[in-house]
Amino acid sequence: MTLPLRLCVRRAPLLDGPAPATRVAVRLPSDVGCIEEAVRLVTHHCLAGAQASPHVRFRLQVVLAEALANAIIRGNQEDNGKSVFVTAELHHDVIRIAVTDEGRGFDPAMIPDAIGPDRLDDSCGRGLFLIRRLVDAVQFNEQGNSICMTLRRQ
Amino acid sequence: MGFIQTKDEGGVLVVRVEGQLIVGNRSELKELVHAALAAGERKFLLDFARTGYIDSSGLGALVSLGKKVREEGGEMRLAGLNEDLRSLFELTKLDTLFSIAETPQQALAGF
Repeated sequence: MTLPLRLCVRRAPLLDGPAPATRVAVRLPSDVGCIEEAVRLVTHHCLAGAQASPHVRFRLQVVLAEALANAIIRGNQEDNGKSVFVTAELHHDVIRIAVTDEGRGFDPAMIPDAIGPDRLDDSCGRGLFLIRRLVDAVQFNEQGNSICMTLRRQ
Repeated sequence: MGFIQTKDEGGVLVVRVEGQLIVGNRSELKELVHAALAAGERKFLLDFARTGYIDSSGLGALVSLGKKVREEGGEMRLAGLNEDLRSLFELTKLDTLFSIAETPQQALAGF
């Protein structure tokens, strides 16, 4: 029997910034079956009580699903002993989300263009491309195992 | 979340994508279409009117299914994409790879 998935969200005020903000944190196992629920929970917390366009909700859902899939499959190689950590900083004008895995990391500069004419028919390789197009800013840590995505709320 | 299949009067297998099409369920859609191809179906319409979001794995599954259906002499069309979903196809230029209709009715009318 499969037990229902339970993800624990920690929500706390962010005290070290210039303006009031909230930090939301979730840790999830390296299981692609968790992605939909994690996206639902994090999106709910990111948008709760704040004005945001439906397009922002959609973009948030897609980039979260992409970043989580990358972290679980490519980063942690679906190793059950490793986790994925999501931290969202919720400011009045922007949402900043970091997704970090426990893998060795990668060099984002080595990822080829996903929409070149010779790659249109490929069945994979569009994840990072979509993230870059759907958010307002993307950063990676030096190791390449953590992506930070910034979205404006409007 | 799931895939609801119905058969149109004109012999088109309509697959409604309920919820998300993402890495966690794309295999289910692929298996459904492969089984239908094996059973002789050749006309497919994927209806996204009740779809929340699609990730790159979902888009990739559509690309490989479209290719497979074409190889078997069939046709796969898409319909019911809202503005956000359609933007994913435009950003990735997959709107040039698929026949995309505004509504399922329009897609069926042209089959």
